[in-house]
Amino acid sequence: MKAFTYQRAGSTEQAAAAAVKPGAKIIAGGTNLLDLMKLQVETPSELIDINRLPLDKIEETSDGGLRVGALVRNSDLAADPRVRQRYGVLSRALLAGASAQLRNKATTGGNLLQRTRCYYFYDITKPCNKRSPGSGCAALAGFNRIHAILGSSNDCIATHPSDMAVAMRALDAEVETISPNGDARVIPIADFHRLPGRTPEVETSLKPGEIITAVKLPPPPPGVQVYRKVRDRASYAFALVSVAAIVDSTAGRIRSARLAFGGLAQKPWRVAQAEEKLANASANTASFNAATDAVLDGARGFGGNDFKIPLTRRTLHSVLAEVTRT
Amino acid sequence: MDENESTTIEITRRTVIETGTTALLLTTLPRAALAAGPANDPGPPPPPATIDLQINGHSHSLTLDPRTTLLDALREHLALTGSKKGCDHGQCGACTVLIDGRRINSCLTLAVMHDGQPITTIEGLAQGDNLHPLQAAFVEHDGFQCGYCTSGQICSAVGMLAESRTGMPSYVTEDLTHPQAELTDAEIRERMSGNICRCAAYPNIVAAIKQAAEMPT
Repeated sequence: MKAFTYQRAGSTEQAAAAAVKPGAKIIAGGTNLLDLMKLQVETPSELIDINRLPLDKIEETSDGGLRVGALVRNSDLAADPRVRQRYGVLSRALLAGASAQLRNKATTGGNLLQRTRCYYFYDITKPCNKRSPGSGCAALAGFNRIHAILGSSNDCIATHPSDMAVAMRALDAEVETISPNGDARVIPIADFHRLPGRTPEVETSLKPGEIITAVKLPPPPPGVQVYRKVRDRASYAFALVSVAAIVDSTAGRIRSARLAFGGLAQKPWRVAQAEEKLANASANTASFNAATDAVLDGARGFGGNDFKIPLTRRTLHSVLAEVTRT
Repeated sequence: MDENESTTIEITRRTVIETGTTALLLTTLPRAALAAGPANDPGPPPPPATIDLQINGHSHSLTLDPRTTLLDALREHLALTGSKKGCDHGQCGACTVLIDGRRINSCLTLAVMHDGQPITTIEGLAQGDNLHPLQAAFVEHDGFQCGYCTSGQICSAVGMLAESRTGMPSYVTEDLTHPQAELTDAEIRERMSGNICRCAAYPNIVAAIKQAAEMPT
Protein backbone atom coordinates (compact mmCIF):
# COMPACT_ATOMS: atom_id res chain seq x y z
CA MET A 1 0.00 0.00 0.00
CA LYS A 2 1.25 3.49 -0.83
CA ALA A 3 1.51 5.93 2.05
CA PHE A 4 -1.55 8.08 2.76
CA THR A 5 -2.72 10.38 5.47
CA TYR A 6 -5.93 9.40 7.25
CA GLN A 7 -8.65 11.68 8.55
CA ARG A 8 -12.14 11.09 9.86
CA ALA A 9 -14.71 13.47 8.40
CA GLY A 10 -16.78 15.45 10.89
CA SER A 11 -19.52 16.30 8.42
CA THR A 12 -20.60 15.49 4.88
CA GLU A 13 -19.75 19.02 3.74
CA GLN A 14 -16.29 18.71 5.26
CA ALA A 15 -15.78 15.35 3.56
CA ALA A 16 -16.76 16.78 0.17
CA ALA A 17 -14.45 19.76 0.64
CA ALA A 18 -11.56 17.44 1.54
CA ALA A 19 -12.33 14.96 -1.25
CA VAL A 20 -12.01 17.56 -3.99
CA LYS A 21 -8.23 17.64 -3.50
CA PRO A 22 -6.29 15.64 -6.09
CA GLY A 23 -5.23 12.29 -4.62
CA ALA A 24 -7.88 12.38 -1.91
CA LYS A 25 -10.32 9.52 -1.70
CA ILE A 26 -13.40 8.84 0.38
CA ILE A 27 -13.44 5.54 2.28
CA ALA A 28 -16.70 3.97 3.48
CA GLY A 29 -16.88 0.15 3.73
CA GLY A 30 -13.49 -0.04 2.05
CA THR A 31 -13.97 -3.61 0.85
CA ASN A 32 -13.15 -2.70 -2.75
CA LEU A 33 -10.91 0.34 -2.21
CA LEU A 34 -8.52 -1.32 0.28
CA ASP A 35 -8.31 -4.41 -1.91
CA LEU A 36 -7.23 -2.20 -4.82
CA MET A 37 -4.88 -0.17 -2.60
CA LYS A 38 -3.07 -3.34 -1.55
CA LEU A 39 -2.43 -4.02 -5.23
CA GLN A 40 -1.54 -0.37 -5.88
CA VAL A 41 -4.30 -0.10 -8.45
CA GLU A 42 -5.61 2.70 -6.24
CA THR A 43 -2.95 4.93 -4.69
CA PRO A 44 -4.71 7.74 -2.80
CA SER A 45 -2.48 10.16 -0.90
CA GLU A 46 -5.27 11.00 1.52
CA LEU A 47 -8.13 8.89 2.88
CA ILE A 48 -11.23 10.56 4.24
CA ASP A 49 -13.20 8.18 6.44
CA ILE A 50 -16.92 8.92 6.34
CA ASN A 51 -18.07 5.85 8.28
CA ARG A 52 -19.21 7.83 11.31
CA LEU A 53 -21.34 10.35 9.42
CA PRO A 54 -25.10 10.09 9.99
CA LEU A 55 -25.90 8.75 6.53
CA ASP A 56 -27.03 5.32 7.66
CA LYS A 57 -30.82 5.67 7.84
CA ILE A 58 -33.57 4.22 5.66
CA GLU A 59 -36.51 6.62 5.62
CA GLU A 60 -39.98 6.66 4.08
CA THR A 61 -40.43 9.40 1.48
CA SER A 62 -43.63 11.42 1.07
CA ASP A 63 -44.41 9.75 -2.29
CA GLY A 64 -44.38 6.24 -0.80
CA GLY A 65 -40.81 5.34 -1.65
CA LEU A 66 -37.68 5.00 0.45
CA ARG A 67 -34.58 7.09 0.89
CA VAL A 68 -31.55 4.91 1.62
CA GLY A 69 -28.60 6.66 3.25
CA ALA A 70 -25.28 6.24 1.45
CA LEU A 71 -23.78 4.46 4.48
CA VAL A 72 -26.56 1.90 4.93
CA ARG A 73 -24.73 -1.42 4.81
CA ASN A 74 -25.70 -3.87 2.08
CA SER A 75 -26.83 -6.43 4.69
CA ASP A 76 -29.03 -3.90 6.49
CA LEU A 77 -30.64 -2.78 3.26
CA ALA A 78 -31.30 -6.37 2.20
CA ALA A 79 -32.82 -7.20 5.59
CA ASP A 80 -34.99 -4.10 6.00
CA PRO A 81 -38.61 -5.31 6.26
CA ARG A 82 -39.86 -2.53 3.93
CA VAL A 83 -37.31 -3.47 1.30
CA ARG A 84 -38.16 -7.17 1.60
CA GLN A 85 -41.86 -6.40 1.35
CA ARG A 86 -41.85 -3.78 -1.42
CA TYR A 87 -38.52 -4.08 -3.25
CA GLY A 88 -37.87 -7.83 -3.26
CA VAL A 89 -35.72 -7.51 -6.39
CA LEU A 90 -33.34 -5.22 -4.49
CA SER A 91 -33.18 -7.42 -1.42
CA ARG A 92 -32.46 -10.48 -3.61
CA ALA A 93 -29.83 -8.66 -5.66
CA LEU A 94 -28.02 -7.54 -2.52
CA LEU A 95 -28.13 -11.03 -1.05
CA ALA A 96 -26.75 -12.42 -4.32
CA GLY A 97 -23.68 -10.22 -4.02
CA ALA A 98 -20.38 -11.00 -2.26
CA SER A 99 -20.36 -12.76 1.13
CA ALA A 100 -22.12 -11.99 4.40
CA GLN A 101 -18.90 -10.53 5.85
CA LEU A 102 -18.53 -8.16 2.89
CA ARG A 103 -22.22 -7.19 2.89
CA ASN A 104 -21.87 -6.23 6.57
CA LYS A 105 -19.21 -3.70 5.56
CA ALA A 106 -20.11 -2.62 2.03
CA THR A 107 -22.29 0.46 1.76
CA THR A 108 -25.01 1.61 -0.60
CA GLY A 109 -22.89 4.44 -1.99
CA GLY A 110 -19.75 2.36 -2.21
CA ASN A 111 -21.53 -0.47 -4.01
CA LEU A 112 -22.46 1.95 -6.81
CA LEU A 113 -18.82 3.08 -7.00
CA GLN A 114 -17.27 -0.39 -7.24
CA ARG A 115 -14.55 -0.75 -9.82
CA THR A 116 -14.56 -3.47 -12.43
CA ARG A 117 -13.22 -6.95 -11.67
CA CYS A 118 -11.42 -7.15 -15.04
CA TYR A 119 -8.26 -9.21 -14.40
CA TYR A 120 -6.13 -6.76 -16.36
CA PHE A 121 -7.42 -3.76 -14.41
CA TYR A 122 -6.27 -5.56 -11.26
CA ASP A 123 -2.84 -6.49 -12.66
CA ILE A 124 -0.63 -3.39 -12.67
CA THR A 125 1.94 -5.09 -14.91
CA LYS A 126 -0.62 -5.20 -17.76
CA PRO A 127 -1.91 -2.41 -20.00
CA CYS A 128 -5.33 -1.05 -19.02
CA ASN A 129 -6.91 2.13 -20.33
CA LYS A 130 -9.13 2.37 -17.26
CA ARG A 131 -6.27 2.18 -14.77
CA SER A 132 -3.66 3.90 -16.91
CA PRO A 133 -5.30 5.87 -19.75
CA GLY A 134 -3.63 5.40 -23.10
CA SER A 135 -1.78 2.20 -22.14
CA GLY A 136 -4.07 -0.10 -24.14
CA CYS A 137 -6.52 -2.89 -23.30
CA ALA A 138 -5.09 -6.32 -22.56
CA ALA A 139 -8.57 -7.85 -22.33
CA LEU A 140 -9.47 -7.32 -25.99
CA ALA A 141 -7.21 -10.16 -27.13
CA GLY A 142 -6.74 -11.73 -23.71
CA PHE A 143 -8.86 -13.81 -21.36
CA ASN A 144 -12.19 -12.06 -21.65
CA ARG A 145 -14.67 -14.61 -20.40
CA ILE A 146 -16.17 -12.18 -17.85
CA HIS A 147 -16.20 -9.16 -20.12
CA ALA A 148 -18.82 -6.96 -21.75
CA ILE A 149 -20.90 -7.86 -24.78
CA LEU A 150 -22.79 -4.56 -24.85
CA GLY A 151 -21.77 -0.91 -24.71
CA SER A 152 -18.04 -1.63 -24.87
CA SER A 153 -15.49 0.33 -26.90
CA ASN A 154 -12.16 -0.37 -28.56
CA ASP A 155 -10.54 1.05 -25.43
CA CYS A 156 -12.33 -1.00 -22.76
CA ILE A 157 -14.55 -4.09 -22.50
CA ALA A 158 -14.88 -4.19 -18.71
CA THR A 159 -18.16 -4.82 -16.89
CA HIS A 160 -19.62 -3.24 -13.78
CA PRO A 161 -19.72 -5.86 -11.01
CA SER A 162 -22.65 -4.66 -8.90
CA ASP A 163 -25.83 -6.67 -8.39
CA MET A 164 -27.46 -3.95 -6.28
CA ALA A 165 -27.17 -1.36 -9.04
CA VAL A 166 -28.92 -3.67 -11.51
CA ALA A 167 -31.97 -3.91 -9.26
CA MET A 168 -31.86 -0.16 -8.66
CA ARG A 169 -31.80 0.39 -12.43
CA ALA A 170 -34.98 -1.65 -12.80
CA LEU A 171 -36.53 0.38 -9.97
CA ASP A 172 -35.53 3.76 -11.54
CA ALA A 173 -33.66 4.79 -8.41
CA GLU A 174 -32.12 8.24 -8.07
CA VAL A 175 -28.72 9.05 -6.61
CA GLU A 176 -28.57 12.07 -4.29
CA THR A 177 -25.25 13.87 -3.95
CA ILE A 178 -23.61 16.86 -2.35
CA SER A 179 -20.82 18.90 -3.93
CA PRO A 180 -17.86 20.59 -2.25
CA ASN A 181 -19.65 23.95 -2.57
CA GLY A 182 -22.61 22.50 -0.69
CA ASP A 183 -24.92 22.10 -3.71
CA ALA A 184 -27.14 19.03 -3.68
CA ARG A 185 -28.29 17.31 -6.87
CA VAL A 186 -30.19 14.22 -7.94
CA ILE A 187 -28.85 11.91 -10.66
CA PRO A 188 -31.17 9.31 -12.23
CA ILE A 189 -29.41 5.95 -11.95
CA ALA A 190 -29.64 5.58 -15.74
CA ASP A 191 -27.25 8.53 -16.03
CA PHE A 192 -25.03 7.68 -13.08
CA HIS A 193 -22.72 5.08 -14.64
CA ARG A 194 -20.94 5.91 -17.88
CA LEU A 195 -20.02 3.71 -20.81
CA PRO A 196 -16.27 3.56 -21.54
CA GLY A 197 -16.07 5.24 -24.96
CA ARG A 198 -12.65 6.87 -25.28
CA THR A 199 -12.44 7.61 -21.53
CA PRO A 200 -12.90 4.32 -19.65
CA GLU A 201 -11.26 5.89 -16.59
CA VAL A 202 -14.40 8.04 -16.17
CA GLU A 203 -16.93 5.62 -14.69
CA THR A 204 -19.64 7.83 -13.22
CA SER A 205 -21.11 11.28 -13.66
CA LEU A 206 -19.85 12.39 -10.23
CA LYS A 207 -17.72 15.53 -10.29
CA PRO A 208 -14.51 15.90 -8.23
CA GLY A 209 -15.36 15.90 -4.54
CA GLU A 210 -19.04 15.15 -5.14
CA ILE A 211 -20.28 12.63 -2.57
CA ILE A 212 -23.26 10.29 -2.66
CA THR A 213 -25.50 11.00 0.31
CA ALA A 214 -28.47 8.72 -0.44
CA VAL A 215 -30.28 6.62 -3.02
CA LYS A 216 -33.97 7.32 -3.48
CA LEU A 217 -36.30 4.49 -4.44
CA PRO A 218 -39.57 5.57 -6.06
CA PRO A 219 -42.74 3.75 -4.97
CA PRO A 220 -42.53 0.13 -6.15
CA PRO A 221 -44.01 -0.49 -9.62
CA PRO A 222 -46.72 -3.14 -9.94
CA GLY A 223 -45.74 -6.70 -10.75
CA VAL A 224 -43.66 -9.65 -9.68
CA GLN A 225 -40.04 -8.85 -8.83
CA VAL A 226 -37.25 -11.33 -9.57
CA TYR A 227 -33.46 -11.21 -9.50
CA ARG A 228 -31.78 -14.07 -11.34
CA LYS A 229 -28.00 -14.38 -11.20
CA VAL A 230 -26.03 -16.82 -13.33
CA ARG A 231 -22.48 -17.40 -12.14
CA ASP A 232 -19.67 -19.93 -12.03
CA ARG A 233 -20.57 -21.23 -8.57
CA ALA A 234 -23.72 -21.26 -6.50
CA SER A 235 -22.66 -18.49 -4.13
CA TYR A 236 -20.04 -15.79 -3.65
CA ALA A 237 -19.18 -15.12 -7.30
CA PHE A 238 -19.73 -12.24 -9.68
CA ALA A 239 -22.48 -12.50 -12.27
CA LEU A 240 -21.78 -13.76 -15.76
CA VAL A 241 -25.30 -12.59 -16.54
CA SER A 242 -27.94 -11.32 -14.15
CA VAL A 243 -31.49 -10.13 -14.71
CA ALA A 244 -33.60 -7.86 -12.53
CA ALA A 245 -37.18 -8.21 -13.74
CA ILE A 246 -40.38 -6.52 -12.61
CA VAL A 247 -43.26 -7.86 -14.65
CA ASP A 248 -46.96 -7.17 -14.22
CA SER A 249 -49.06 -9.86 -15.87
CA THR A 250 -52.27 -11.85 -15.48
CA ALA A 251 -53.25 -15.08 -17.16
CA GLY A 252 -50.49 -14.96 -19.74
CA ARG A 253 -51.07 -11.33 -20.64
CA ILE A 254 -48.25 -8.90 -19.80
CA ARG A 255 -49.24 -5.36 -18.87
CA SER A 256 -45.78 -3.94 -18.26
CA ALA A 257 -42.22 -5.16 -17.86
CA ARG A 258 -38.98 -3.69 -16.60
CA LEU A 259 -35.75 -5.55 -17.31
CA ALA A 260 -32.23 -4.62 -16.21
CA PHE A 261 -29.12 -6.72 -16.78
CA GLY A 262 -25.82 -7.18 -14.98
CA GLY A 263 -22.60 -8.73 -16.26
CA LEU A 264 -23.14 -7.43 -19.79
CA ALA A 265 -21.74 -3.90 -19.79
CA GLN A 266 -19.93 -1.21 -17.82
CA LYS A 267 -23.32 -0.15 -16.45
CA PRO A 268 -26.57 -1.88 -15.57
CA TRP A 269 -28.13 -2.48 -18.98
CA ARG A 270 -31.73 -1.57 -19.75
CA VAL A 271 -33.38 -1.32 -23.15
CA ALA A 272 -36.70 0.52 -23.48
CA GLN A 273 -37.53 -1.21 -26.80
CA ALA A 274 -37.28 -4.62 -25.14
CA GLU A 275 -39.80 -3.60 -22.51
CA GLU A 276 -42.09 -2.15 -25.18
CA LYS A 277 -42.10 -5.53 -26.96
CA LEU A 278 -43.55 -7.07 -23.82
CA ALA A 279 -46.04 -4.36 -22.87
CA ASN A 280 -49.59 -5.51 -23.64
CA ALA A 281 -48.23 -8.67 -25.24
CA SER A 282 -49.01 -12.31 -24.67
CA ALA A 283 -46.42 -14.17 -22.63
CA ASN A 284 -45.09 -16.58 -25.23
CA THR A 285 -41.93 -17.52 -27.08
CA ALA A 286 -42.56 -14.96 -29.80
CA SER A 287 -42.80 -12.00 -27.44
CA PHE A 288 -39.91 -13.30 -25.32
CA ASN A 289 -37.80 -13.61 -28.47
CA ALA A 290 -38.72 -10.10 -29.59
CA ALA A 291 -37.70 -8.71 -26.21
CA THR A 292 -34.46 -10.68 -26.15
CA ASP A 293 -33.56 -9.52 -29.67
CA ALA A 294 -34.03 -5.94 -28.56
CA VAL A 295 -31.86 -6.45 -25.47
CA LEU A 296 -29.08 -8.03 -27.50
CA ASP A 297 -29.20 -5.51 -30.33
CA GLY A 298 -25.57 -4.62 -31.08
CA ALA A 299 -24.16 -7.37 -28.84
CA ARG A 300 -20.62 -8.34 -29.65
CA GLY A 301 -18.40 -11.03 -28.12
CA PHE A 302 -14.61 -11.01 -27.95
CA GLY A 303 -13.95 -14.76 -28.02
CA GLY A 304 -13.97 -15.79 -24.40
CA ASN A 305 -17.29 -14.13 -23.66
CA ASP A 306 -19.19 -15.14 -26.81
CA PHE A 307 -21.21 -17.54 -24.67
CA LYS A 308 -22.83 -14.62 -22.85
CA ILE A 309 -25.01 -13.88 -25.88
CA PRO A 310 -26.91 -17.20 -25.87
CA LEU A 311 -26.71 -17.27 -22.06
CA THR A 312 -28.48 -13.91 -21.86
CA ARG A 313 -31.13 -15.15 -24.27
CA ARG A 314 -31.79 -18.31 -22.29
CA THR A 315 -31.69 -16.59 -18.92
CA LEU A 316 -34.18 -13.95 -19.99
CA HIS A 317 -36.54 -16.57 -21.47
CA SER A 318 -36.37 -18.51 -18.23
CA VAL A 319 -37.01 -15.43 -16.09
CA LEU A 320 -39.93 -14.27 -18.25
CA ALA A 321 -41.48 -17.74 -18.14
CA GLU A 322 -41.15 -17.72 -14.36
CA VAL A 323 -42.68 -14.30 -13.76
CA THR A 324 -45.61 -14.80 -16.15
CA ARG A 325 -46.52 -18.27 -14.89
CA THR A 326 -49.45 -17.04 -12.78
CA MET B 1 17.09 -23.04 10.23
CA ASP B 2 20.30 -24.72 11.54
CA GLU B 3 20.67 -26.79 14.66
CA ASN B 4 22.10 -23.95 16.73
CA GLU B 5 19.16 -21.67 16.09
CA SER B 6 16.63 -24.37 16.76
CA THR B 7 18.01 -24.77 20.27
CA THR B 8 17.75 -21.07 21.07
CA ILE B 9 14.47 -20.17 19.37
CA GLU B 10 11.23 -21.56 20.60
CA ILE B 11 9.60 -23.16 17.60
CA THR B 12 5.87 -22.68 17.50
CA ARG B 13 3.42 -23.82 14.88
CA ARG B 14 3.23 -20.19 13.79
CA THR B 15 7.02 -19.90 13.30
CA VAL B 16 7.00 -23.01 11.14
CA ILE B 17 4.12 -21.73 9.03
CA GLU B 18 5.70 -18.30 8.62
CA THR B 19 9.09 -19.75 7.76
CA GLY B 20 7.50 -22.02 5.21
CA THR B 21 5.52 -19.16 3.68
CA THR B 22 8.57 -16.91 3.49
CA ALA B 23 10.61 -19.64 1.84
CA LEU B 24 7.88 -20.09 -0.73
CA LEU B 25 7.66 -16.35 -1.43
CA LEU B 26 11.43 -16.15 -1.84
CA THR B 27 11.32 -18.77 -4.53
CA THR B 28 8.49 -17.19 -6.49
CA LEU B 29 8.87 -13.41 -6.17
CA PRO B 30 11.65 -11.18 -7.44
CA ARG B 31 13.57 -9.50 -4.61
CA ALA B 32 12.29 -6.02 -5.50
CA ALA B 33 8.72 -7.19 -5.09
CA LEU B 34 9.46 -8.42 -1.58
CA ALA B 35 10.99 -5.11 -0.59
CA ALA B 36 8.45 -2.78 -2.11
CA GLY B 37 5.24 -4.70 -2.76
CA PRO B 38 3.91 -4.66 -6.31
CA ALA B 39 5.90 -2.46 -8.69
CA ASN B 40 6.34 1.05 -7.33
CA ASP B 41 8.06 2.25 -4.20
CA PRO B 42 5.38 2.96 -1.58
CA GLY B 43 7.28 6.07 -0.43
CA PRO B 44 8.14 7.18 3.09
CA PRO B 45 5.86 5.99 5.89
CA PRO B 46 2.97 8.30 6.77
CA PRO B 47 2.66 9.81 10.27
CA PRO B 48 1.46 7.19 12.74
CA ALA B 49 -1.96 7.28 14.36
CA THR B 50 -2.71 6.47 17.99
CA ILE B 51 -5.91 4.52 18.53
CA ASP B 52 -7.72 2.53 21.15
CA LEU B 53 -8.84 -0.95 20.13
CA GLN B 54 -11.45 -2.62 22.36
CA ILE B 55 -10.71 -6.29 21.86
CA ASN B 56 -12.49 -9.05 23.74
CA GLY B 57 -13.37 -6.60 26.50
CA HIS B 58 -9.85 -5.23 26.88
CA SER B 59 -8.62 -1.82 25.82
CA HIS B 60 -5.38 -1.61 23.83
CA SER B 61 -3.73 1.68 22.97
CA LEU B 62 -1.70 1.34 19.77
CA THR B 63 0.36 3.71 17.66
CA LEU B 64 0.18 2.45 14.12
CA ASP B 65 1.00 3.24 10.52
CA PRO B 66 -2.51 4.10 9.20
CA ARG B 67 -2.03 1.46 6.49
CA THR B 68 -2.21 -1.30 9.11
CA THR B 69 -5.21 -3.52 8.53
CA LEU B 70 -7.22 -4.63 11.52
CA LEU B 71 -5.94 -8.16 10.88
CA ASP B 72 -2.31 -7.06 10.98
CA ALA B 73 -2.96 -5.00 14.12
CA LEU B 74 -4.37 -8.10 15.82
CA ARG B 75 -1.68 -10.49 14.66
CA GLU B 76 1.46 -8.41 14.46
CA HIS B 77 0.90 -5.78 17.14
CA LEU B 78 -1.19 -7.59 19.73
CA ALA B 79 -0.03 -11.19 19.15
CA LEU B 80 -3.64 -12.29 18.77
CA THR B 81 -2.81 -14.81 16.07
CA GLY B 82 -6.06 -16.75 16.20
CA SER B 83 -7.43 -14.67 13.32
CA LYS B 84 -5.67 -16.03 10.24
CA LYS B 85 -4.35 -14.42 7.10
CA GLY B 86 -5.36 -16.55 4.14
CA CYS B 87 -5.83 -14.53 0.97
CA ASP B 88 -5.58 -11.02 2.52
CA HIS B 89 -8.18 -9.89 -0.07
CA GLY B 90 -11.51 -10.71 1.55
CA GLN B 91 -12.03 -13.88 -0.43
CA CYS B 92 -11.37 -16.69 2.05
CA GLY B 93 -12.88 -15.59 5.37
CA ALA B 94 -10.00 -16.89 7.54
CA CYS B 95 -9.62 -13.41 9.10
CA THR B 96 -13.27 -13.08 10.14
CA VAL B 97 -13.85 -11.18 13.39
CA LEU B 98 -16.92 -9.56 14.95
CA ILE B 99 -17.31 -5.81 15.30
CA ASP B 100 -20.28 -4.81 17.41
CA GLY B 101 -21.31 -8.44 17.03
CA ARG B 102 -21.27 -8.34 13.21
CA ARG B 103 -18.90 -10.50 11.21
CA ILE B 104 -16.47 -8.79 8.85
CA ASN B 105 -13.19 -9.57 7.05
CA SER B 106 -10.50 -7.97 9.22
CA CYS B 107 -8.05 -7.98 6.28
CA LEU B 108 -10.20 -5.52 4.32
CA THR B 109 -10.47 -2.80 6.89
CA LEU B 110 -7.99 -0.45 8.53
CA ALA B 111 -7.38 -0.61 12.27
CA VAL B 112 -7.72 3.19 12.52
CA MET B 113 -11.29 2.93 11.23
CA HIS B 114 -12.26 0.91 14.34
CA ASP B 115 -10.97 3.18 17.07
CA GLY B 116 -13.11 2.56 20.16
CA GLN B 117 -15.41 -0.07 18.63
CA PRO B 118 -15.96 -3.39 20.43
CA ILE B 119 -14.16 -6.19 18.56
CA THR B 120 -14.48 -9.90 19.28
CA THR B 121 -11.91 -12.36 17.97
CA ILE B 122 -11.72 -16.13 18.30
CA GLU B 123 -9.66 -15.61 21.47
CA GLY B 124 -12.64 -13.92 23.10
CA LEU B 125 -15.30 -16.59 22.57
CA ALA B 126 -14.56 -19.13 25.31
CA GLN B 127 -15.44 -18.37 28.94
CA GLY B 128 -12.30 -19.46 30.70
CA ASP B 129 -11.99 -23.21 30.06
CA ASN B 130 -15.56 -23.45 28.82
CA LEU B 131 -15.63 -23.49 25.06
CA HIS B 132 -18.19 -21.42 23.19
CA PRO B 133 -21.00 -23.73 21.99
CA LEU B 134 -19.76 -23.35 18.40
CA GLN B 135 -16.21 -24.25 19.39
CA ALA B 136 -17.49 -27.32 21.23
CA ALA B 137 -19.67 -28.28 18.27
CA PHE B 138 -16.74 -27.99 15.84
CA VAL B 139 -14.71 -30.32 18.08
CA GLU B 140 -17.58 -32.76 18.47
CA HIS B 141 -18.30 -32.90 14.73
CA ASP B 142 -14.67 -32.72 13.61
CA GLY B 143 -15.45 -29.56 11.63
CA PHE B 144 -11.91 -29.12 10.35
CA GLN B 145 -8.84 -30.89 9.11
CA CYS B 146 -5.80 -28.61 9.04
CA GLY B 147 -7.57 -26.01 11.17
CA TYR B 148 -6.33 -22.92 9.37
CA CYS B 149 -9.80 -21.68 8.40
CA THR B 150 -11.41 -22.77 11.67
CA SER B 151 -11.21 -19.59 13.73
CA GLY B 152 -12.68 -17.68 10.79
CA GLN B 153 -15.37 -20.32 10.34
CA ILE B 154 -16.33 -20.17 14.01
CA CYS B 155 -16.37 -16.35 14.25
CA SER B 156 -18.39 -16.26 11.04
CA ALA B 157 -20.83 -18.83 12.39
CA VAL B 158 -21.28 -16.81 15.60
CA GLY B 159 -22.16 -13.77 13.48
CA MET B 160 -24.34 -15.83 11.17
CA LEU B 161 -26.45 -17.29 13.99
CA ALA B 162 -26.94 -13.78 15.40
CA GLU B 163 -28.04 -12.55 11.95
CA SER B 164 -30.40 -15.46 11.60
CA ARG B 165 -31.98 -14.76 14.99
CA THR B 166 -32.68 -11.17 13.95
CA GLY B 167 -34.40 -12.40 10.79
CA MET B 168 -31.73 -11.77 8.14
CA PRO B 169 -32.78 -13.56 4.94
CA SER B 170 -30.32 -15.13 2.49
CA TYR B 171 -30.21 -15.60 -1.27
CA VAL B 172 -31.77 -19.07 -0.91
CA THR B 173 -34.56 -17.96 1.44
CA GLU B 174 -37.75 -18.79 -0.43
CA ASP B 175 -40.03 -16.23 1.18
CA LEU B 176 -38.29 -12.92 1.82
CA THR B 177 -41.20 -11.67 3.89
CA HIS B 178 -40.96 -14.56 6.37
CA PRO B 179 -39.64 -13.08 9.64
CA GLN B 180 -37.11 -15.85 10.25
CA ALA B 181 -35.98 -18.49 7.78
CA GLU B 182 -35.36 -21.99 9.11
CA LEU B 183 -31.65 -22.83 9.09
CA THR B 184 -31.67 -25.74 6.66
CA ASP B 185 -28.39 -27.15 5.33
CA ALA B 186 -28.88 -25.05 2.18
CA GLU B 187 -29.35 -21.91 4.27
CA ILE B 188 -26.25 -22.63 6.36
CA ARG B 189 -24.14 -23.29 3.25
CA GLU B 190 -25.29 -20.10 1.55
CA ARG B 191 -24.81 -17.98 4.68
CA MET B 192 -21.34 -19.43 5.27
CA SER B 193 -20.15 -19.08 1.66
CA GLY B 194 -17.69 -16.36 2.64
CA ASN B 195 -15.58 -18.93 4.49
CA ILE B 196 -13.55 -21.27 2.35
CA CYS B 197 -12.19 -24.57 3.68
CA ARG B 198 -9.54 -26.01 1.42
CA CYS B 199 -9.66 -29.32 3.29
CA ALA B 200 -13.35 -29.38 2.35
CA ALA B 201 -14.57 -30.17 5.85
CA TYR B 202 -17.87 -28.61 4.82
CA PRO B 203 -20.26 -31.45 5.74
CA ASN B 204 -18.92 -31.49 9.30
CA ILE B 205 -18.87 -27.70 9.52
CA VAL B 206 -22.54 -27.62 8.52
CA ALA B 207 -23.34 -30.33 11.09
CA ALA B 208 -21.53 -28.41 13.84
CA ILE B 209 -23.31 -25.15 13.04
CA LYS B 210 -26.65 -26.90 12.83
CA GLN B 211 -26.17 -28.39 16.27
CA ALA B 212 -25.16 -25.03 17.76
CA ALA B 213 -28.11 -23.33 16.06
CA GLU B 214 -30.51 -25.69 17.78
CA MET B 215 -29.12 -25.01 21.24
CA PRO B 216 -31.00 -22.53 23.41
CA THR B 217 -29.24 -19.19 23.66
